[in-house]
Amino acid sequence: MRDVINYILFGWYPYVCLIVFLGGSLVRFDREQYTWRSGSSQLLRRRQLMWGSNLFHVGILVIFLGHFGGLLTPIWVFDLLGVPHGAKQVIAIVAGGIAGIACFIGLSLLVHRRLFDERIRTTSSFGDIAILLMLYAQLILGLATIPVSMGHLDGHEMVKFMTWAQGILTLNPGAAAQVADVNIIFKLHLMLGMTIFLVFPFTRLVHVWSAPVWYLGRQGYQVVRSRRTNRATSARPSAVPAE
Amino acid sequence: MSHFLDRLTFFKRTVDTFSDGHGIVTSEDRRWEDGYRKRWQHDKIVRSTHGANCTGSCSWKIYVKGGIVTWETQQTDYPRTRPDLPNHEPRGCSRGASYSWYLYSGNRVKYPLVRSRLMKLWREARAIRTPVAAWASIVEDPNKRDAYTKKRGCGGFVRATWDEVTEIIAAANAYTTKTYGPDRVIGFSPIPAMSMVSYAAGARYLSLLGGVCMSFYDWYCDLPPSSPQTWGEQTDVPESADWYNSGFLILWGSNVPQTRTPDAHFYTEARYRGAKSVVICPDYSEASKFADLWISVKQGTDAALAMAMGHVILREFHIDRQATYFADYVRQYTDMPMLVRLVKGANGKLVPDRLVRACDFTGQLGESNNAEWKTVAYDERSDAVVAPNGSAGFRWGEKGKWNLEEKESSGRETRLRLTLADVEDEMADVGFPYFGNIEHDHFTGTDHQSVLVRKVPAKKVKLADGEALVATVYDLFVANYGLDRGFGGDNVAKSYDQDEPYTPAWAEKITGVPRDQIITVAREFALNAEKTNGRSMVIIGAAMNHWFHCDMNYRGVINMLVMCGCVGQSGGGWSHYVGQEKLRPQSGWTPLAFGLDWNRPPRQQNSTSFFYAHTDQWRYETLDIKEILSPTAPVGPWDGAIIDYNVRAERMGWLPSAPQLETNPLTIAAKAAAKGQEPKDYVVASLKSGNMKLSCDDPDKPVNWPRNMFVWRSNLLGSSGKGHEYFLKHLLGTSHGVLGKDLGEDGRQKPLEVAWHDEAPEGKLDLLVTLDFRMSTTCVYSDIVLPTATWYEKNDLNTSDMHPFIHPLTAAVDPLWESRSDWEIYKAIAKKFSEIAPEVLGVEKDVVLTPIMHDTAGEIAQALDVKDWKKGEVEAIPGKTMPQVTVVERDYPNLYKRFTSLGPLMQKLGNGGKGMSWNTEHEVEFLKHLNGVVTEDGPTKGLARIDTDIDATEVILSLAPETNGEVAVKAWQSLGGFTGREHAHLAVPKEDEKIRFRDVVAQPRKIISSPIWSGLESDKVCYNASYTNVHELIPWRTLTGRQQLYQDHLWMRAFGEALCVYRPPIDTKAVKPVIDRKPNGNKTVVLNFITPHQKWGIHSTYTDNLLMLTLSRGGPIVWISEVDARKGGIVDNDWIEAFNSNGALVARAVVSQRVKEGMCMMYHAQEKIVNVPGSEQTGQRGGIHNSVTRAVLKPTHMIGGYVQQAYGFNYYGTIGTNRDEFVAIRKMANVDWLDRPISDQPAQTKPSMEAAE
Repeated sequence: MRDVINYILFGWYPYVCLIVFLGGSLVRFDREQYTWRSGSSQLLRRRQLMWGSNLFHVGILVIFLGHFGGLLTPIWVFDLLGVPHGAKQVIAIVAGGIAGIACFIGLSLLVHRRLFDERIRTTSSFGDIAILLMLYAQLILGLATIPVSMGHLDGHEMVKFMTWAQGILTLNPGAAAQVADVNIIFKLHLMLGMTIFLVFPFTRLVHVWSAPVWYLGRQGYQVVRSRRTNRATSARPSAVPAE
Repeated sequence: MSHFLDRLTFFKRTVDTFSDGHGIVTSEDRRWEDGYRKRWQHDKIVRSTHGANCTGSCSWKIYVKGGIVTWETQQTDYPRTRPDLPNHEPRGCSRGASYSWYLYSGNRVKYPLVRSRLMKLWREARAIRTPVAAWASIVEDPNKRDAYTKKRGCGGFVRATWDEVTEIIAAANAYTTKTYGPDRVIGFSPIPAMSMVSYAAGARYLSLLGGVCMSFYDWYCDLPPSSPQTWGEQTDVPESADWYNSGFLILWGSNVPQTRTPDAHFYTEARYRGAKSVVICPDYSEASKFADLWISVKQGTDAALAMAMGHVILREFHIDRQATYFADYVRQYTDMPMLVRLVKGANGKLVPDRLVRACDFTGQLGESNNAEWKTVAYDERSDAVVAPNGSAGFRWGEKGKWNLEEKESSGRETRLRLTLADVEDEMADVGFPYFGNIEHDHFTGTDHQSVLVRKVPAKKVKLADGEALVATVYDLFVANYGLDRGFGGDNVAKSYDQDEPYTPAWAEKITGVPRDQIITVAREFALNAEKTNGRSMVIIGAAMNHWFHCDMNYRGVINMLVMCGCVGQSGGGWSHYVGQEKLRPQSGWTPLAFGLDWNRPPRQQNSTSFFYAHTDQWRYETLDIKEILSPTAPVGPWDGAIIDYNVRAERMGWLPSAPQLETNPLTIAAKAAAKGQEPKDYVVASLKSGNMKLSCDDPDKPVNWPRNMFVWRSNLLGSSGKGHEYFLKHLLGTSHGVLGKDLGEDGRQKPLEVAWHDEAPEGKLDLLVTLDFRMSTTCVYSDIVLPTATWYEKNDLNTSDMHPFIHPLTAAVDPLWESRSDWEIYKAIAKKFSEIAPEVLGVEKDVVLTPIMHDTAGEIAQALDVKDWKKGEVEAIPGKTMPQVTVVERDYPNLYKRFTSLGPLMQKLGNGGKGMSWNTEHEVEFLKHLNGVVTEDGPTKGLARIDTDIDATEVILSLAPETNGEVAVKAWQSLGGFTGREHAHLAVPKEDEKIRFRDVVAQPRKIISSPIWSGLESDKVCYNASYTNVHELIPWRTLTGRQQLYQDHLWMRAFGEALCVYRPPIDTKAVKPVIDRKPNGNKTVVLNFITPHQKWGIHSTYTDNLLMLTLSRGGPIVWISEVDARKGGIVDNDWIEAFNSNGALVARAVVSQRVKEGMCMMYHAQEKIVNVPGSEQTGQRGGIHNSVTRAVLKPTHMIGGYVQQAYGFNYYGTIGTNRDEFVAIRKMANVDWLDRPISDQPAQTKPSMEAAE
């Protein structure tokens, strides 16, 4: 029975979450363009936002990239580079810990602001508050894994998660078994993490997709958008003179 | 296809570069921009406006998109003005821009609604009875009647069909007409200029029925009685563009940027042009920051300030140095040269009596016609007393001499003496009343004597009844201002620093304004007028007019303007902007509205007296006549209560009555015929014998109650209803918050003329019907609510006094849900009424009583004295000493047919206005072609149709001189007959111009100059009141034919207002009896209760607009000063309660430096439907601003039959003042939102309150 539950939660549930995450995002992007936004409340109140938002975003980005790289980079890459598993584990704990604490401070400020600033509270939707509390819980769970991880600095537990994550992405049916015996705190962290992917398309988190990363590699300072390619479908005259 | 897939173009995103690669051209998808583009796309723009009585009358573009009204913006296509003058536009304010919210708001009335208890009773009764019998079975059973009347205001509406609801109303009207008389069917709708056809719809129905149309301008207290007193004109003012022509602008109690927003730009522009501006108001208003000098006067003491300024002007421009322009002006255009008799008063001192008339002389100075109505003056050229042209006596009964040429009637040129100072026979000691010594808890007084004796140069003249002492108005006027002219005697001042009444030093004590400011302003005001021939202007607002002694405030200002020759001059004069009273095409509209094409006269009633009587506010009267009587009053009983004076006025034909007689007026003609008498003689005989009684003698007797009432285009109960709680208690008979005791409970003196019932009636109305587009307070208290079209859903016309254009309301969308335009609603009621009326009514003879009307030959009724037929002092003569009696035929089964066609009287009797009349056959023929004729058989076959609202607008536009040049020429010619002068040149160039409805839809049109108004619309001048009086020498419609500064009617003298004096506010005694009632542990402060117009509501009615609520505090507020807040332990935003004997209201406190200590301000018309908790005092929900007010009438406003002081609908009569009121203000200990079923509320009111369903 335990195996079945484990299989459902860590074998099937990830796919449910990923499908909803990707499919939902796609549908929302196509159907609900006007809802595709970060829902910033900075216009309503700046207070607590400068520290809160920046600490949170920096922290969460580091954590996200850490998880992304750490979980999905094939283990042989580390082996090839000669990074011992233990060292990777320590790097993950230290870097993740620092980013986690920054993120925790930021998120605490944001949660406090969202819940106790009357103006922000009144203008918040259920989803705004729910996703914030989910992230807060997930962060606390993540930080709570650090003491556990300190107990096995050789990194063997970490390898399990890498194998599991890569197994899910490579459609390996045995992936779930990898995490069957890990500490409950990791399981909760994984569960909530997947759930965040599940609710992602229904919240303001969709703005993650539209993070203006391309801006960093932009060419030219003045952008003129041409209508040329639309001419076939649109009868409206072009804003830019035709060549 | 897909936003996502289309963006997957990583390789060809950039298609080009420019500027060395600093710029790039991309081919990104741009469809997202369509969202923004579509935001401002629309299908059509329709021209309409807002019928809000705000005087703005701004033309707006209404945008429609997909069949939905989406937003509105200001129209900018007004016709240009002329070089050197700014244009009018843009006109419109944030309030107007928020209006489209109402169309789809939750507060919209969408279906006909009926009180469910009434509906159940009706359906039960109707199942087995005919309509009228069904209604009778309900209202004749006290239990059934109470079942719904006592639940008014408690919710419980259900939907009904139009068919059913019109049947209930028609049945109620028919029953009431048959049982009590048609004058028990009352209709209240204000300000026709907001939407003329909508007003006319209900008024036409009521007038054809014989029902009563109620006045509004006086009830709203927008009517300044000083205007009819001085000029014989309801109100006539310069358009706002004329401000630009002014050199010195005083804003006195007017908050132009806040309450005249679309016109405020002219104020700014006038200042750019170099005009100086002084703002006089107690609070730091929005206007104050425009001012070169802000004068913070103690509220209610404006008359003292004006008198002191007048003192300075007289001293410096008339006495010490005579400005030529001023002297010539007052000689020709005012009553100042006229002679006044001086007689010994009650205390043996000489007092000014009435104006001397031609009839006083042996031989009547050669005047055979109306010698009693021709005033006289001393002519310098002939050194004799003459009767100059222009007085009222010349207007009626003869032709060609009613003008302001400086001639006497023989044609000889005259130069009238202003002062008798060099030719006097003696220096008479004349007593002038002084009221500034009356003690008041909250207003500073002085201890001067009540009668101030001053020296006045007087002449002895030989009259028919012996030698008499006379003085000129000028000399009395100057003496009244307390100026020392070197004649000796007391009570006069040489220096401004002396403490004698009306010096700047005296005024400083009373008004709190430093004397230097008074002197400077007066001096500069007059100097500017002297240099520019009268271009000094006073913009004056409601703040001044809402006081009991408003006449004094106003006459003080008018005196300043007149002594500086400003009235009737471009850029000068009296600019009283209170209410959108200027119905420019008035004389075209009147026949349509009051059914004059079918019956004359209509029944019209002055609302203030009506509501005072029928909401039983008189039963609580605290003001004793002795408190306002003059110490110089001529001998007379001067007894009784205020309502007694009103009853006397009604009896003598001065004021109208409604209901009129205890007897049903439909039964009188038959009774007279049975006795072989004419109805008129029968009524006179029966009244004299006491067999017939006037209803006003016993307003609480059930046969005299008003029974059915319509309210449309108005929020009577939530806005204008002074004495709100008395309305609830007595007129409606539902739960109320009256806290005081009536005269009976208090054991005080009861009225003499009016029957007293120990048990006051509660619930006089059988049926209250309200037409509105939003669920207003009035709707909440009604029995039937009818959904009407909004201002964007109907066709109508709109004008204002602020600009000279006429422009339309047009339907941007059809009326939403089941709503209908007012025109269609009343048409439907008329149709249903005609269907069911034959059950009890056929063709009936209705005996109508009308008061003596201004601008008719009857206005010269009792010339020399006041005689009451009831006391046997004079014979009862209809139209002279008592109301006129007329028999009118009503064809009830054909009421609908009459409603929808233009009746035959227009051809038979013609049309007219303000005393003029002209033939109108041509216009009627024109309308037959334009609107088509009735083709159905019946009494109306062949007459012009008035089917749709647009048909109705065409009737107005075709018949009015202002919109039909041909009629304008006829009107000017008619006036020329009276004046003996040629005026038609003012309209001849526009004779062919005919403004039609589609014309004004295309663009607002400037109206054509007409003699109905005293200003001109030309290429050379802006519209300015009295302009034609001064420049065309047309007399003012007063006793002297001039601007009348001396009011010589007996009652005016008795109440001390023959000349302008300072009178402190009255003491309503409303706070003391209740101040210690129900203590809640918090401190109480007593403050003057001021109700100005607001910033965050649509003028005087709409405060429930979400956009406006969001911009303000979202609910009721009262402004108080920081000092008073500290005294009461109140901080900003606290919930406070304001209460006195009249009731209580709750609101949040706005604590502000803006407010003067000792007063509080509650913006007008904050209703109890939004965010209002329960009152600790009354246990009822909140209350509105009028919960703490009560109307108090002034006897001088009841005068009638005396030329300018003769009744006219909204022209003269009692007014609903309310600013003398004080309230106790206290922080609330317990804010109870009463959000539980009504039965759980603490038992406050007597009847057990079960749920209203």
